[in-house]
Amino acid sequence: MDLPLLWFVAIAVLWTGYLVLEGFDFGVGALLPVLSRDDTDRRVMINSIGPVWDGNEVWLITAVGATFAAFPAWYASMLSGFYLPMLLILLALIGRGVAFEYRGKVDSVAWRRRWDAVIVAGSTLPAFLWGLLFANLVRGLAMGPDHVVTTDVVGLFNGYAVLGGLLTLGLFLLHGAVFLSLKTDGPVRLRARSFAAWSALVVLPLLVAFAGWTQGRSGEPWTLPVAIVSVVALALGAGLVRRGREGWAFTATAVAVGTLAVLVFGSLFPDVLPSTTDPASSLTIDNAASAPYTLTVMTWVAAVFLPLVLAYQAWSYWVFRRRVTRAHISPAH
Amino acid sequence: MALDLARWQFGITTIYHFLFVPLTIGLSVVVASLQTAWHRTGRTEYLRATKFFGKLFLINFAMGVVTGIVQEFQFGMNWSDYSTFVGDVFGAPLAMEALLAFFLESTFIGLWIFGWDKLPRRVHLACIWAAAIGTNLSAYFILAANAWMRHPVGFEIDPTTGQARLTSIWAVLTNDQAWSTYLHVGSAAFIAAGLFVAAVSAYKLLKNKEPREHELFRKSMRAGFVVTAIAGVVVSISGDHQAKLMAQYEPMKLASAEALWDDEHAAGFSIFAVGDVQDGRNHVNVQVPGLLAFLATGDFGGDVQGINDIQDRLTSEFGPGAYIPNVGLLYWAFRMMMGLGLAGVAISVVGLWLTRKGRLFAYRWQYRLVVAALPAALLANIFGWILTEMGRQPWTVVGELLTANSVSPGVSLTEVAISLSAFTLIYAVLAVIEFGLLFRYVKAGTATVMPYPEDEPEPEKTDERVPAFVY
Repeated sequence: MDLPLLWFVAIAVLWTGYLVLEGFDFGVGALLPVLSRDDTDRRVMINSIGPVWDGNEVWLITAVGATFAAFPAWYASMLSGFYLPMLLILLALIGRGVAFEYRGKVDSVAWRRRWDAVIVAGSTLPAFLWGLLFANLVRGLAMGPDHVVTTDVVGLFNGYAVLGGLLTLGLFLLHGAVFLSLKTDGPVRLRARSFAAWSALVVLPLLVAFAGWTQGRSGEPWTLPVAIVSVVALALGAGLVRRGREGWAFTATAVAVGTLAVLVFGSLFPDVLPSTTDPASSLTIDNAASAPYTLTVMTWVAAVFLPLVLAYQAWSYWVFRRRVTRAHISPAH
Repeated sequence: MALDLARWQFGITTIYHFLFVPLTIGLSVVVASLQTAWHRTGRTEYLRATKFFGKLFLINFAMGVVTGIVQEFQFGMNWSDYSTFVGDVFGAPLAMEALLAFFLESTFIGLWIFGWDKLPRRVHLACIWAAAIGTNLSAYFILAANAWMRHPVGFEIDPTTGQARLTSIWAVLTNDQAWSTYLHVGSAAFIAAGLFVAAVSAYKLLKNKEPREHELFRKSMRAGFVVTAIAGVVVSISGDHQAKLMAQYEPMKLASAEALWDDEHAAGFSIFAVGDVQDGRNHVNVQVPGLLAFLATGDFGGDVQGINDIQDRLTSEFGPGAYIPNVGLLYWAFRMMMGLGLAGVAISVVGLWLTRKGRLFAYRWQYRLVVAALPAALLANIFGWILTEMGRQPWTVVGELLTANSVSPGVSLTEVAISLSAFTLIYAVLAVIEFGLLFRYVKAGTATVMPYPEDEPEPEKTDERVPAFVY
């Protein structure tokens, strides 16, 4: 495999990791008002992702950093081209991160209410926007030979992209609910289970529509089975969580999110940012890639450190493997 | 105009980010050391100090993390031409920072926060050290990237694309400007963190609401002084080295920071100057003879280049243009950095002497002065960055890329205005909240993080160990 292709795959893996991991913590954040009846419930939910959400977010930082190093032109055109939605994502992530840390720091109902609102908005917004942006990436943007994106923000809200946004939002809610059913016990677990099962009635059609549309417009022959796996995994996940097989259900929804990401990157291939103005102006794996030396260096760094990161992150999940229950929540901070 | 706003945004978001970073860098090590002391001695006092300063550290840490995300996206969002030009070189340390440092930092900070009752004590201690190492490692990578902009090494310009291409990652990571900057910025961070500990302790000693805390804060104030004093030595030595590198790689920055208009033999160090930027000369200049020459070259009789002469040389090398940064700003930023930073160090050294052998300050204003040293140290850090970044103008990459050619061509004035306003607004709100929280926890004192024995409630009898949730 040549180096630019290897790095395209590496970046796809990093994004996949990000969407699978932060997908569920976006879901948990967005479901805060839906699955809770009181503050203890909310704390059960937040504490289920407490030790891990920050580490999950680093997958994003690494994906973006790796894109900068391996495909500078892609990084530059994508981030400047998605300027306003990226700004919204940043503001959401800022608010959300601070909210997790600060909401419990003052014992006041109004204080916690306000931060809860920030968590909900800060989780819902990026859950929608990532889908919107990735769909636009697959669809392509108006871009001349100078690789300056000229699609304005209104142009990003086309039917396909909005469908993509609704899909990731729905998918992350479902994925988050399955996570909660796996990681909590008591009333939150029961509500999460039923939410996950019922929401599949909406999310599954969204997934079928988006996966079909994507496969139809720009899929490869090999992405068709991937798309099918995604749909089947989601259906399976919803069925399993209803039967109380939460560990397997979570595995299934993780596979559904992961394969969706694979489908998106597979459809993007061999472009990284297609131009709707003129296919000759598209950014491709080859014309956007860094020189072989940089890619070789980065390959060595990733080969040594990525397994290490996976190992200690997996360990941290193992340390916090126990379910969080209302009994765990002490009344005072 | 969009360029100006993009620069303002970068300046504001970076300065804001750097209010939290020095404290994170330094406090992570301070808290890890306190916990180590507890681990070694088993004395409750150390545990109490770990939890108290640990809480303050975490409140600050959260802000450092979330404002740091903006930095990584901003290069692409607002400086896309810069990103395309430098990505092959500049992206590598950034990606390494994420992979080697950020994962370490964020995963282990999570383990530390939530792991108090879940992990063996030794492992839990290792977690805070891993987070502290991650924090310091991240500083090295990002400073190596920044140093490359001031002294680009290990690269060539690709003849077909016209973009920078990495030829040696080793050269980039061992750039003398990189490790020298790391020592300087790192030690400045420890000055700020040391003074944070000292200032909080001084405040608590001044208020003296809880007699049981008195001993703890007396000791922690001294510990803060010690950290600051040691860091002060490193900051001075590395600062001297930084001046020499500046003379070598960025003579214009040094000349501007000194308001030295013409090439000079045995140049003096300016104490106070009133200059005329239009005319390119000073009206008033009080100097220490030969000192600038010594700082820049190591020889009191050395030659130092002046602004007007460098401008001529740069014009002949790169063509017509204004290569002079904002002289007045740099001149005063340089003096504020040194003055405020060294004032904090001096306060610590004197403070150590005055509190020797269990003594206390004799006057209340002495405690207040220690409290005031904290904002001074943070300001010194900020002025240092203003000198570094504004002094590099008009370049983003010295000698290779102009700031005017770095900005995103596709991002409109309106868009930058929106983002600039949004960041400024949300950052202002968060600053108020963060400061309020810190103050609240400082005021509440150590009993809130760890009750004293007599007012501690009986531990509840449950069939399982109750983990110490903090959210």
